[in-house]
Amino acid sequence: MSGHSTYQPKTAFTRWLDTRLPIMRLGWDTFIDYPTPRNLNYWYTFGAILSLMLVVQIISGVVLAMHYTANAKEAFASVEHIMRDVNYGWLIRYTHANGASMFFVAVYIHMLRSLYYGSYKAPREVLWILGCVIYLLMMATAFMGYVLPWGQMSFHGAVVITNLLGAFPIVGETITTMLWGGFAVDNPTLNRFYSLHYLLPFMIAGVTVLHVWALHVTGQNNPTGVDPKSKHDTLPFTPYATVKDGFAIAVFLILFSVLIFYLPNALGHADNYVPANPLVTPAHIVPEWYFLPFYAILRAVPDKLMGVLAMFGAIACLFVLPWLDTSKVRSMRYRPMAKVYFVVFVIACIVLGFCGAKLPDDQVIPGLTTFKLMESDLNSWVWLSRIGTLYYFAYFLVILPVLGLVERPLPTPETIATPALSHPAAVPAEAVAAPEMKG
Amino acid sequence: MKGDLEVAETAVDTTDHTGAGEDPNRRDFIHIAVVAAAVGGGVAALWPFVGQMNPSADTLALASVEFDLTKVEPGQQVTINWRGKPLFVRNRTPAEIDAAVKGDNAGLKDPQRDADRHKPGKPQWLVLVGSCTHLGCVPTFGGGEYGGWFCPCHGSVYDTSGRIRKGPAPKNLAVPEYAFLSDTKVKIG
Repeated sequence: MSGHSTYQPKTAFTRWLDTRLPIMRLGWDTFIDYPTPRNLNYWYTFGAILSLMLVVQIISGVVLAMHYTANAKEAFASVEHIMRDVNYGWLIRYTHANGASMFFVAVYIHMLRSLYYGSYKAPREVLWILGCVIYLLMMATAFMGYVLPWGQMSFHGAVVITNLLGAFPIVGETITTMLWGGFAVDNPTLNRFYSLHYLLPFMIAGVTVLHVWALHVTGQNNPTGVDPKSKHDTLPFTPYATVKDGFAIAVFLILFSVLIFYLPNALGHADNYVPANPLVTPAHIVPEWYFLPFYAILRAVPDKLMGVLAMFGAIACLFVLPWLDTSKVRSMRYRPMAKVYFVVFVIACIVLGFCGAKLPDDQVIPGLTTFKLMESDLNSWVWLSRIGTLYYFAYFLVILPVLGLVERPLPTPETIATPALSHPAAVPAEAVAAPEMKG
Repeated sequence: MKGDLEVAETAVDTTDHTGAGEDPNRRDFIHIAVVAAAVGGGVAALWPFVGQMNPSADTLALASVEFDLTKVEPGQQVTINWRGKPLFVRNRTPAEIDAAVKGDNAGLKDPQRDADRHKPGKPQWLVLVGSCTHLGCVPTFGGGEYGGWFCPCHGSVYDTSGRIRKGPAPKNLAVPEYAFLSDTKVKIG
């Protein structure tokens, strides 16, 4: 898509086609000849994995749509019909349901990889923002998909999430009424969610094209964060990246298969096998695991509107990240302090995930009662989630902006090929030899 | 520098076009008219697509229900479906009414007297929308330290008047529009 094309049509037909629709040339330049940094590691294979997951979800979803009935009275039964009567229906539904989880596993690794290697920094800001847009669309799609089986969790999850938007002053009530199509979550809600659940994946596919386009304009980042300077720094996409991606995909699909065939309901909730009942809320409402950190942030704030704003703010931080991180060095491989804060950030996200799954007032350490602060005991999940939330926002709004100014980074290599050609352990040795960096 | 030059050229260019004997306001008028028509037409086309999201006529038509109060013994609550939402009809015991009246001066988050939450002369009958004002879960009857309701989702506690006493919910449980048709029958909505 950028630079000089080396495509040479070999047959009369491809020569004829190339002057009319250079689609073979586009494919060649994008997937065969495209130069990739020679030092890409396995963290860089998740883009390909995500593309595959999108295809898996769309194909399995389109097939499920052939058997599903989007009606509040029949939806639950039609899902059971898929599970019991449709040939291989159980396989296709388990693929789709667990596929959503695996999709999020891959996207979180993909995002954390960008965070660690600074892939969001200039000139890749637009690439990063498009990725954030895809992530938002994924969340909307996953949420609406989870509503479709019309079980207890589906229904009351939809009630809670749509009520979140009602927290906004003035427009809140209008938005929820429009989402519901009535006075509460009901048949009209199910119908519009089904329609949008079918639409959004194709929007994701569209934004993915832009995402890959932007990637091919700027070129890929790499673990050193240093731009390729010569032919020595890059390798053609095929076979080097394709084979590496292919191997990673094979491993990923094995894990995916373990979920589908051995633990198909491990990530689900038993309550969702109970038909929706608007008059009874399940004793313990939890979203799917991939929303838990945000759910914990929502509950960490005692005020309804502020909680909702914090939750959306947590995602908004990602969008402005390229301008929050002030460091000139891309890769945290050469940022000894940032590296530590990054690890704590990952831990904070996981801790928030656990907090989101627990009842807010339950004790973190069983049997220990401390003192009450803001109506909750300090030894409670809600207080742990407050600490996690504080760190989450501090990481983006304080640590990354300040760290770029005060941190002394390690020397970055001249070129990508330099560390690969010299001693691979050269970089950590330098880190120890710089005593001013310690403490 | 180069940018400045380009701007200047464009400016000169424009004057050349419109300055050719024609009134510049006529072309401006056409531009404004075209943009106005396009925006107006766009909004008009969008209107029904936004409007269809709102509740349909049949949904609106189901908006009221009648309920026979003889089904509820003192100390009990019946949950009925009203506009797709749960509706609590609670027959309060004298002790529960006393507790609610005492709570009038308890420094409430959403201050309201118990007397304003039931029909005059019928303090035993409490009719409430059974959706937690936090995020719409259905609070459980009799739960929480005030003997009213407890929301299982995020721990909001309501008293025997349905007023928020503790937790993240900002408001009291809503009292719907309702009327006594007779001593034993109410119409809600």
